[in-house]
Amino acid sequence: MNQTMLRVHGLHKSFGGVTAVRDVSFEALLGQVVAIIGPNGAGKTTLFNMISGVFPPDDGEIWLNGRRLDGLPPHKVARLGVARTFQNVQLFGNMTVLENVKMGRYRHERTNLIAAALGATHREEERTYRAAMQRLKRVGLADKADLLAPNLPLGEQRLLELARALAAEPRLLLLDEPTAGLNAVETIRLAATISRIRANNVTVLLVEHYMNLVMSVADRVVVLNYGEKLAEGRPEEVQNDPRVIEAYLGQENGHGNANRNRR
Amino acid sequence: MTNLTCLTQRLLARYWGLGLFVLLLALLPVFVHSPYLLSIMIFIGLYTILTVGLCLLMGYAGQVSLGHNAFYGLGAYASAIATATYGLSPWLGIVISMLLTGGVAAVIARPIFKLKGHFLAMATLGLGCIFYILFNEASSLTGGPSGLTGVPYLSIGGWAFDRDVKYYYLVWGAAAVTLLASLNIVHSRIGRALRAIHGSEVAAQSMGADTARLKAQIFVVSCVYAGLAGSLYAHYLTFVNPSPFTLHFTLMLLVMAAVGGLATVWGAPFGAALVTLLTEVLRALVPRLLDHASGEHEIIVFGFLLMVIMIYMPQGVVQGLGELYTRWRKGGPLAARRGGRALPLLRRWLRVKG
Repeated sequence: MNQTMLRVHGLHKSFGGVTAVRDVSFEALLGQVVAIIGPNGAGKTTLFNMISGVFPPDDGEIWLNGRRLDGLPPHKVARLGVARTFQNVQLFGNMTVLENVKMGRYRHERTNLIAAALGATHREEERTYRAAMQRLKRVGLADKADLLAPNLPLGEQRLLELARALAAEPRLLLLDEPTAGLNAVETIRLAATISRIRANNVTVLLVEHYMNLVMSVADRVVVLNYGEKLAEGRPEEVQNDPRVIEAYLGQENGHGNANRNRR
Repeated sequence: MTNLTCLTQRLLARYWGLGLFVLLLALLPVFVHSPYLLSIMIFIGLYTILTVGLCLLMGYAGQVSLGHNAFYGLGAYASAIATATYGLSPWLGIVISMLLTGGVAAVIARPIFKLKGHFLAMATLGLGCIFYILFNEASSLTGGPSGLTGVPYLSIGGWAFDRDVKYYYLVWGAAAVTLLASLNIVHSRIGRALRAIHGSEVAAQSMGADTARLKAQIFVVSCVYAGLAGSLYAHYLTFVNPSPFTLHFTLMLLVMAAVGGLATVWGAPFGAALVTLLTEVLRALVPRLLDHASGEHEIIVFGFLLMVIMIYMPQGVVQGLGELYTRWRKGGPLAARRGGRALPLLRRWLRVKG
């Protein structure tokens, strides 16, 4: 269980003159849930985008299970077993719920253009169908398989995005604010789902503002502030760290309360 | 288990539709003998091949091309030059056409698909213009504005495809093959990935899809179709000049694709047939109904009909009529499931196009 799955070392990224991430290093072990928290603009999503290959870091290294990721394009990172969800949900709006999840199977499918044109796809399509339906059942959306994805309410769209990422059978799963737009019941369901994902030895990186979720599912917490790592440790350690309380939790508790009131 | 039978049924549905389609087309010349009607059908077949490619590129992958006249022309000229100038076998001419259009498309694809939306539209537009000028100006090769004559008929051991009936079967055979291949592509992981690019390119990449490569691949496929159609065109008329390969032709293809339904392979033959037949019927009808009406007037009626179709069936006639049928069968409200898919697709595409 002590195998390092993700190692981020000395990561640095600036846009123009603005430094978004400065010298951030941390590790995530196999099957761990690591939460990345920090005020808005702390560099959390930038960090995710670098890990998933959306843009390369200016400096630093990203290693996944002994393979170097930084500098690889997103599709190659994905093929190595990194799946993600997006802060602003990125579903395929022109496709059904089922088709969205099927797309998650892409990295496990092998048919090339020629074989596809010749129609040699039946067996693969059946496998993909079964795997996709299984993921849909897991998040409780199987009965909505044939609906168009945008016709789902936002909470279910987030679940669908999660199902699509799970269909990729990732080794590392990046969840970018998964509870945004979820109601209380859906949030509890999500926490249960994350625990089950961890039980399958998937490493999870979680960017999240909702502290109750972070405290209940995270093994470790990395706190970012103005692009720099402010603290790192077990949830209760971080929670009691005076620097964190000053920079983040005190202010964010207010946000958390506001969220709860809204719900 | 029911889900698996459902899958089998869908597969059967895919090929039954095509089987029925081919059967009907194969029987048509038994009842229709007029060379005029057959020649219209041949052109519909050629346009079907072209439009299917355009549907794959635009309706599925969401990438605009306003330069397909270039590849249609390139196919026609490659075949004509290979056979009329260099005396090669017409069959070899077809192969050369497809290889050449595919090769040119592959070289162009990578840089051109770095562009998106309006910019891609402009770049492909430029491509069409460049080739049109080449066909006109490279007169030592293409014969200039007066074109190339003496393109031979296709023939098998002295049996030439020289009459309309024979050529009808040849063209529609080719169209059926392109339809089959396209249906297969659409129902595979490749088709899914193409639609995913249309939906969200970032998300498609995060699922492991090499979107740049996929766009290039489907562009090459649609250009190879265009090359095939161009080559078949050259061996049908046995004469090639630059005039058919203008921007106007590409626009007509776009209309066919949109009328039939961009996001469906079956939209292509129906769109091609509807637009071609409508043009012919109006050309014959309008001057009889209106005194002093000339060619200009039929275009007005044509444009009006297109507007009506696009307003009431924005997802194309294939899905539009399918929906009407469902409504009629069930007597209930529209089944949102099928109709809902293409509508946002087309809206997005129109937004991309401006």
